[in-house]
Amino acid sequence: MHSFSRRLILSSTLAALAGLSLCGGAYAAEMKSVAVTAIVEHPALDAARKGVEDELKAAGFEPGKSLKYQFQSAQGNAATAGQIARKFIGDKPDVIVAIATPSAQALVAATRSIPVVFTAVTDPVAAKLVKDWKPSGSNVTGVSDMLPLGPQVDLIKKVKPDARRVGMVYSPGEVNSVIVVKQLKAELAKRGMSLVEAAAPRTVDIPSAAKSLIGKADVVYTSTDNNVVSAYESLLRVAESAKLPLIAADTDSVKRGAVAAYGMNYYEMGRQTGKIVVRILKGEKPGAIAPETGKSLSLMVNTGAAEKQGVKLSPALVKEAKEVVK
Amino acid sequence: MSMISLLGALEIGLIFALVALGVLISFRILNFPDLTADGSFPLGGAVAAIMIVGGHDPWLATFCGMLAGAGAGFVTAWLHVRLGILQLLASILVMIGLYSVNLRIMGAPNVALIGEATVFSQIVGDNFDAQAWLQPLLLVGIVLLVKLVLDGYFVSQSGLAMRATGANARMARSQGIPTDRMVLAGMALSNALVALAGALYVQTQGGADISMGIGTIVVGLAAVIIGETILPARAIYLVTLAAALGALLYRLFIALALNADFIGLQAQDLNLITAVLVGFALVLPKIKRKLMPKKRSANVEPTSQNKKEAAK
Repeated sequence: MHSFSRRLILSSTLAALAGLSLCGGAYAAEMKSVAVTAIVEHPALDAARKGVEDELKAAGFEPGKSLKYQFQSAQGNAATAGQIARKFIGDKPDVIVAIATPSAQALVAATRSIPVVFTAVTDPVAAKLVKDWKPSGSNVTGVSDMLPLGPQVDLIKKVKPDARRVGMVYSPGEVNSVIVVKQLKAELAKRGMSLVEAAAPRTVDIPSAAKSLIGKADVVYTSTDNNVVSAYESLLRVAESAKLPLIAADTDSVKRGAVAAYGMNYYEMGRQTGKIVVRILKGEKPGAIAPETGKSLSLMVNTGAAEKQGVKLSPALVKEAKEVVK
Repeated sequence: MSMISLLGALEIGLIFALVALGVLISFRILNFPDLTADGSFPLGGAVAAIMIVGGHDPWLATFCGMLAGAGAGFVTAWLHVRLGILQLLASILVMIGLYSVNLRIMGAPNVALIGEATVFSQIVGDNFDAQAWLQPLLLVGIVLLVKLVLDGYFVSQSGLAMRATGANARMARSQGIPTDRMVLAGMALSNALVALAGALYVQTQGGADISMGIGTIVVGLAAVIIGETILPARAIYLVTLAAALGALLYRLFIALALNADFIGLQAQDLNLITAVLVGFALVLPKIKRKLMPKKRSANVEPTSQNKKEAAK
């Protein structure tokens, strides 16, 4: 019943695929090459990638001209991230840049020889990309987007000096958020304050999670949780009606209506990552470069949002801000 | 496309061959529309990862992950068979519930396995150059073993009873087949295979991530249907082979899409290119029939599978 010709199609498809595998791939020996992969595309991660590209350009490695450059996005699919990792390893570029944890893990699990520079990974030690924050001696280094939480709490106190209970809406499925929750609890406890958690596993859960904080929290802190950031407006509505000031971890959310943020600039973090990439392209060993945390933090406040959310920002705080939204 | 890229596609394709075999059992053999896979795949991975981190033997961890998946499939079937909840709804409930369960098991959204002992590290050791082809080789063995065991089971008395349950439950009952028990067992078996895939997957990818289950069922279904299209067959050993080949082809398509930059396509086009390639694979037999109409009448005659499709 199973015709011979069908098998022929099958085998010829496979043969065609094998044939394609022969073309492409190999890089010219003299030109340096960089491959970049991200688990998903969204504004912060894209900004980080742009930073890397611009830093490479600034150092004389023009993508497409003096540098072989390629970018692949896994479009949110973990298995595809694994396949991209294998493709890159097979292409043997001089440096692979991995944006966010799952992409970095898939790479580090599969190569010990090609330099891997991670970026926008919150806790590279917990993700086992590196053993600690010292030079790894392996093929891995990079830049973490972990925020120093002390200054975050200081900001909360500056916005609302009598705040005791800090509410936080976050997705329990995001490793970066869960780490922040754990560390923020400890940081708040040191100052006699407490954390009130509101879990929102999906974006549609955000309004109800936010409402659960009314009466239980004096102020709401949001981390760089992908779910929360992508649906910030639904949080805003609740915050305004309940007069709960929102304090964010990223400056983009301030433009969208949070009162203030002392946040990471992902573009600058990308440039910082790019500097490491350039050092490796120029011959340094990745194992000799210690992993860093993003250095570029900036304060942004939104006076209009403050009014709507029932707080008055002190003139000192407004003066301190690098940018003021009205 | 480099050799390592091709082997990587093969490796993930082999892992998803197990998913395809699981989906084949639920959708084709039991005729049970089941979305549990999106939860049981990461469940298998979560259990295996947390046990490996806890210092247990990776093979034992993989087996326990598989058992957990069997449990998930059993619950889905139980909700349907005993409580009368609609099949699709029962599986959605279990899938959603498993998200929280998986978070509980892992204790965090991401459990890293880099540097831990895995079923692969035992044969690969420190040789990372050999990893690229040794891992797929071990997986070929595992997939082949699973396929042969399934082939054997589905021609046994119990296996035939399960197939009869899916084909015509009322008829099966009248023949004295305990159809409810067959559905419970079949769904457990189906999700055990999906979870086994998840357990093996985390060991090749450096860790378990809570988001890794998204789209598992879509890939599994696509693999089964591509397999049926490329290799239409009735004999069970060819049906299982087709499902496994379908999974391999799907991953090869993604590898091709990743290498499609030479025709001006970019990273953000990946899913679209994959969809077009898979779509092409699905209509390939039809194109061929049009080109070579009456050469072989066997092709034009509807197979049992096509008849089923037509009846819908």
